[in-house]
Amino acid sequence: MNGARRDFRIAGLVEAPEFLFSAPPGELMPDDSRFAVIWMNHSALAAAYDMDGAFNEALLSLTRGAETQAVLRAADRILEPYGGLGAYGLKDQISNRFITEEIAGLVVTSRVVPPVFLAVAAFLLNIVVSRMIRAEREQIGLLKAFGYTSFEVGLHYFKFIMAIAVGGAMLGCLFGVIGGRSLATVYQIYYKFPFLVFRVDPAAFVTGVAASVLAAAAGGILVLRGVFTLTPAVAMRAAAPADYSRAAAMGGILRTLLDQPSRMVLRRIAREPLRTLLAVIGIAAGMAISVAMVNVTAAFDITVERNFTLVDRSDVTLAFIEPLPDRVIHDLRRIAGVIEVEPFRSVPAVLRNGPQSYRGGISGLVAEPRLNRAVGADLAPLPIREDGVLLGSALAELLGVAPGDRLEIEVREGRRPVIEVTVAGVAETLIGSPAYMRIEALNRALKEPGRVSGAWLRIDAAQSGEIFRKLRGMPAVAGVTVATEARAALEKVMDSGAGAVRYLMTAIAAVITFGIVYNSARIAFAERARDLASLRAIGFTRAEAAFVLLGELAVIILLALPIGAVLGYFMGEAVSAGFSTDLYRVPALFVPEGYGAAAAAVLLAGMVSGWLVKRDVDRLDLVATLKARE
Amino acid sequence: MGRPPVRQGGTLRLVTPASDGAAFATQGLTKTYGAGPAAVHALRGVDLDVPRGEMVVLLGPSGSGKSTLLNILGGLDRATAGSARFRGAELTTMSDAALTRYRRHHVGFVFQFYNLMPSLTARENVELVTEIADDPLDPAEALALVGLESRLDHFPAQLSGGEQQRVAIARAVAKRPEVLFCDEPTGALDSTTGRAVLRVLQDVNRETGATVMIVTHAAATAAMAHRVIHFADGRIREVAVNAAPAPAETIEW
Ligand SMILES: Nc1ncnc2c1ncn2[C@@H]1O[C@H](COP(=O)(O)OP(=O)(O)OP(=O)(O)O)[C@@H](O)[C@H]1O
Ligand SMILES: [Mg+2]
Repeated sequence: MNGARRDFRIAGLVEAPEFLFSAPPGELMPDDSRFAVIWMNHSALAAAYDMDGAFNEALLSLTRGAETQAVLRAADRILEPYGGLGAYGLKDQISNRFITEEIAGLVVTSRVVPPVFLAVAAFLLNIVVSRMIRAEREQIGLLKAFGYTSFEVGLHYFKFIMAIAVGGAMLGCLFGVIGGRSLATVYQIYYKFPFLVFRVDPAAFVTGVAASVLAAAAGGILVLRGVFTLTPAVAMRAAAPADYSRAAAMGGILRTLLDQPSRMVLRRIAREPLRTLLAVIGIAAGMAISVAMVNVTAAFDITVERNFTLVDRSDVTLAFIEPLPDRVIHDLRRIAGVIEVEPFRSVPAVLRNGPQSYRGGISGLVAEPRLNRAVGADLAPLPIREDGVLLGSALAELLGVAPGDRLEIEVREGRRPVIEVTVAGVAETLIGSPAYMRIEALNRALKEPGRVSGAWLRIDAAQSGEIFRKLRGMPAVAGVTVATEARAALEKVMDSGAGAVRYLMTAIAAVITFGIVYNSARIAFAERARDLASLRAIGFTRAEAAFVLLGELAVIILLALPIGAVLGYFMGEAVSAGFSTDLYRVPALFVPEGYGAAAAAVLLAGMVSGWLVKRDVDRLDLVATLKARE
Repeated sequence: MGRPPVRQGGTLRLVTPASDGAAFATQGLTKTYGAGPAAVHALRGVDLDVPRGEMVVLLGPSGSGKSTLLNILGGLDRATAGSARFRGAELTTMSDAALTRYRRHHVGFVFQFYNLMPSLTARENVELVTEIADDPLDPAEALALVGLESRLDHFPAQLSGGEQQRVAIARAVAKRPEVLFCDEPTGALDSTTGRAVLRVLQDVNRETGATVMIVTHAAATAAMAHRVIHFADGRIREVAVNAAPAPAETIEW
């Protein structure tokens, strides 16, 4: 503290909303092992620093209806002579921003995912009920012949649909409570909330149950039309064979090439193109979500990987308490085990292009950095030019500038110069929104030649313990960041909170895909049990009969794979953009493994479903099935 | 003699010489559904010999076990006890795969409800079988046999019940089966159409030498059979041999 070591007794542990998300200075990610905020009595702190009555941060609360921007300008004006670094509003406060974004993400998820789920469920219920009504047409006709009204018979089926919906909704409430509780625990740990109360909100249950019941009703009521249009006479007659004459072309052309079982598969697909299409789209959508999620997961990993192999190649980052003369670099080089030292100067700054502005910083680097580099879109390192500023792509986008444009930089340190520079280039950035200048040029603008804010080091791993001890013992050093620790911290951040949503989405994709694949297989079996029994009776083997059934499933899946891949590509882009912030960018990548894994998952779902219905084909009771009229 | 026949060249290797003349021989054939006091005895010990190449008609009251017998002889169902042999090969102990081969290579079925594939045309329904048979008829020829040469490319939904049943017969005979089982083939047809269907069955019996077994409730059909088996309560009550079967056209419905 103030360059000297002091001992303190811990009086208590506290939490404050402004530090729920707290990252070490100059870093983006929280890391509890290396950074903490300590509260002390103001006068004790003043005494320790020998600065009576001084303050370096002030919090304002505004009257209702006050104009924030005007207040900020006024505060900046007042503090300007004292070296104020700039006032900012609550929405730019880092903890507030992180948590607000997180909550916004949850809101989006809660609005997007349940409707998708309910739509799929309604689709499946629709198919199941329509199949049921077709199978029970004789009973329906009989009831009508006895004098029951269409309404009464319809009501019977409607009750059945409602029983399923209400049952499902009840289960959903139960899972909702369990899931909500565990999610609350995750958030409480991640954001270190002192407590997070999981409140059972009756409104949520009412909404959930109502939405489920409405979705089920929508899925079912369309089918109930079938009950109303059935006349007793039609229902009492055995169903005429399904009319395939419109699907005749399918297979007719290929007269000599196709065998009959293949033709049966194709005709069935052609006869109900809409249903085939819906099944294909459903499976493709499930696959697309998987592709996108695998891609995004890989992109998170690649972001981290690239950042620590291409951009930041240092082993240690040193931050000094205040800018030091550059001879400190020579002192660092002399430490045993230090292989390479690269200085940097960093200053807080506001970058402006007309109305667009960004509160960030400028990093001054050497001409050809080796330990912490800017890389181009092709991932090749970019030299740092004397005569301009190199912007991260996210920042260039945000400010709406391109190479050659002029940019105004308001430095918030030292003499606080306002400089105008040319955008020399745009660097591919993965983490943060950096702006790079040549260190000499930056120091010249600050009129502080030969100053460094910190340094990147490459060290001999065998001597790291000794080196860290030495560095941490240096009074001028404010922070020692070890690359491996920073990487672990970053990985942790990306894996929890918003990043964890991708695991949830992957699970959802798997459920949707499997649900649709399995349902298609089940329905196909139910509708064709009689045909399959006939095939078995005239001497087709189990495998040959199963082919007729599973061939259809195979075609649907094969159609779904390429569509899912294309949808997945675009969904991956959208999700990457959604996950990207100015703190880190998730690149939209083409990850072949993502497509492979998603396709494999769909195929696996197909195989499991196929195997499940194949068992039923094998068990088919020939005599009983043939005895039934239809 | 529980050894299952082995498949050889697409047919069954027969345990006894095929020259013994019997297509089917059953001894004490029993089929029981369920157990205990609620058990239903569909067959209560059937002893029967059916010579090859005969036209056999099974008559009997509803529930007497006719369909059950036909299903067991056709390899669709399994007996509870007793023996049933097809040209010496024991059907009751055959594996599922062997029964499938038996149905595939030796048996033709005509069902009461036709059981055509709705997604295939008349010709394609016949091809379904000729594609997997060893020495089939030409599908068009088989359909000509039943008088449907002009309806080759019609789907079942575009055919009348009688026409569908004739397609089913064409499908059953196209593989040149050694036995043809027909369970109430005329049950859903009017008398004229029914007579036409019986005519086709008689022609098939005469021309291909197939053993034809017909279950029916139309007692008049008996006139066209070589052998009439009267069923009652799961047993054979009487077997009548008809020295001079009448042509199908003369049958009074
Ligand atoms: N799956 C089954 N479970 C129990 N009993 C059955 C089953 N199938 C048939 N039965 C019984 O076996 C007996 C013989 O049936 P089967 O179908 O052979 O009669 P059938 O002579 O063909 O009659 P119909 O002329 O009415 O067709 C009947 O009493 C029937 O109820
Ligand atoms: Mg019967």
